[in-house]
Amino acid sequence: MLALIAIDWFPLWLSLRVAAIATAGVLTLGTLVSYVLSHKSFRGKHLLDSLITLPLVLPPTVLGYYLLVLAGRASPFGHVYESIFGQPLVFTWQAAVVAAFLHSAPIYIKAATAVLEAVDYRFEWAAHSLGASEWRTFWRVTLPLAWRGLASLAALSFARALGDFGVTIMLAGNIPGRTQTLSVAIYDAVESGDGTLARVLVVVVSALAIALLWPAAYLSRRTRPATTA
Amino acid sequence: MSVDARLIKRLPAIADADSFELNVHLRAEAGITAIFGPSGAGKTLILNCLGGFARPDEGRILVDDHLFFDAAAGVHLSPQERRCGYIFQDHALFPHMSVRENLRFAAASRLSKTGRLNRHRRIKDLLEAFELTDLAGRKPMQLSGGQKQRAALARTLVNEPHLLLLDEPARGLDSRLREGFYQVLRRTRDQLQIPILLVTHDLEECFELADFICLIENGRFTQAGSRDAVFKRPAGTDIARALGIYNILPAEIEALDPGRNTSRLRVFEFALDGPYLPGRLIGDQGYLCVPSSEFRAGPFDNQSSSNRLVLRLIGQTPSSRGIRLQFEHGVAATVTESEYRSLQGSDRLTVEIPQSAVYFIGK
Repeated sequence: MLALIAIDWFPLWLSLRVAAIATAGVLTLGTLVSYVLSHKSFRGKHLLDSLITLPLVLPPTVLGYYLLVLAGRASPFGHVYESIFGQPLVFTWQAAVVAAFLHSAPIYIKAATAVLEAVDYRFEWAAHSLGASEWRTFWRVTLPLAWRGLASLAALSFARALGDFGVTIMLAGNIPGRTQTLSVAIYDAVESGDGTLARVLVVVVSALAIALLWPAAYLSRRTRPATTA
Repeated sequence: MSVDARLIKRLPAIADADSFELNVHLRAEAGITAIFGPSGAGKTLILNCLGGFARPDEGRILVDDHLFFDAAAGVHLSPQERRCGYIFQDHALFPHMSVRENLRFAAASRLSKTGRLNRHRRIKDLLEAFELTDLAGRKPMQLSGGQKQRAALARTLVNEPHLLLLDEPARGLDSRLREGFYQVLRRTRDQLQIPILLVTHDLEECFELADFICLIENGRFTQAGSRDAVFKRPAGTDIARALGIYNILPAEIEALDPGRNTSRLRVFEFALDGPYLPGRLIGDQGYLCVPSSEFRAGPFDNQSSSNRLVLRLIGQTPSSRGIRLQFEHGVAATVTESEYRSLQGSDRLTVEIPQSAVYFIGK
């Protein structure tokens, strides 16, 4: 019990904050991209689709390296970022958000595209023929019909965003008290031989994951309509 | 209100279907126009083109003086701008909204400029007119097939559409509910005076509802006209067969008399009198086309009178309208049960065809 009190809980707090912001980003941007992929046909759709899948297959170190180059202080993007926010992106907790976002967005987009495609197009057509704009149809028809699936994916995204290691350590580094997230702290504890800390954090992460997957499974279960008249 | 649509739409061949071309010129006035044809003939594609959900490759769609689509001018109005009420197969009532909310969604989508009170009144009136007031709080899942149907129709009418598109609306309803829905639809037609396009592959539905009929096969109209013109005067034997109500027998013109407005056809070894056939010559080969409902079966009494065929009875099956008798040469006639009792026992019967029902289609 004493050991628990003595532990620095900053990595847990940081990870939760990072995952929450990353999930919010995934939900807005990811849902938008999923809607476009599921409802529009355009040139370059397959290219976009494969670009989205790329973070899933690239080694995290490769992805982290790309981002380091892209967001480094010498790059145009890094420059613009620094001039807006007054500090560079790399080796900050915001970089951990970017890493977590990239870790969870591809899976969310892939699955959310399937969820949005599964909404019967006739409901959307009916809304359009009744005069509802695409925006209104999305909010009032498509989203309410897909919300269970999307909410379950949001829980999964959050769980996944908690767990990024490779890109986080490349882009945000391992600065205790500033950028050290849970998974990085576990690595750090094992490296430095602090078995107690590693065990406690491992249990915390596992418990969190189960706590998130349970409602996700509940939400994604098939709802069978009760008997109809 | 009227629709004039010239539609050409080509669909490329995909895995399990050949390439397909829709090429029709649809004209419809206020009233119900049935588009009748087999599955895959392009019926729903016509509705999708009119509703703005499919873009024709060529052609033009004019509803009154509104141009919905013109390939040459590059005009293609969105579904939102067309004001077509579209009733989809299986209704497409929003399952997460109650009936009232479904109607409210429609009102808020298009009538947003009219005041709240007016919208509310319009919804209330429609719920009353379609006997949905007591069901307004229910979700579609809690409604019967007929109630869903009425709710879907009421929802499309909220926005006073210029055109109604119905895709097999009575599919899945039993005959009692069907009749109820037909009544509602007829009343709607009489009140709105707009073109109502009804896609169906149910002949009965055409009889019951249609003012005009377009027969479609493989992307082309084979015949279009008023219901009576199409049913009583099919343009070819294919159409007569597609209509499924005809006895079609090989026939030859034996005599023509324009003075007395009569003709005589030879069918097998029998002679049948009918109305004069303008533009035909004696000796022309063709087919006698008579609806089975016009055939009067009677006992065989050896008296040779005109307009009778003597045919061997092959079998009989009960049907919804009585007993359906099957004769040699593929001829069929329907008799009531009491008539059937008086005919029982004889294997040869006479089949009488009224002179007015004799209809000849050339080869």
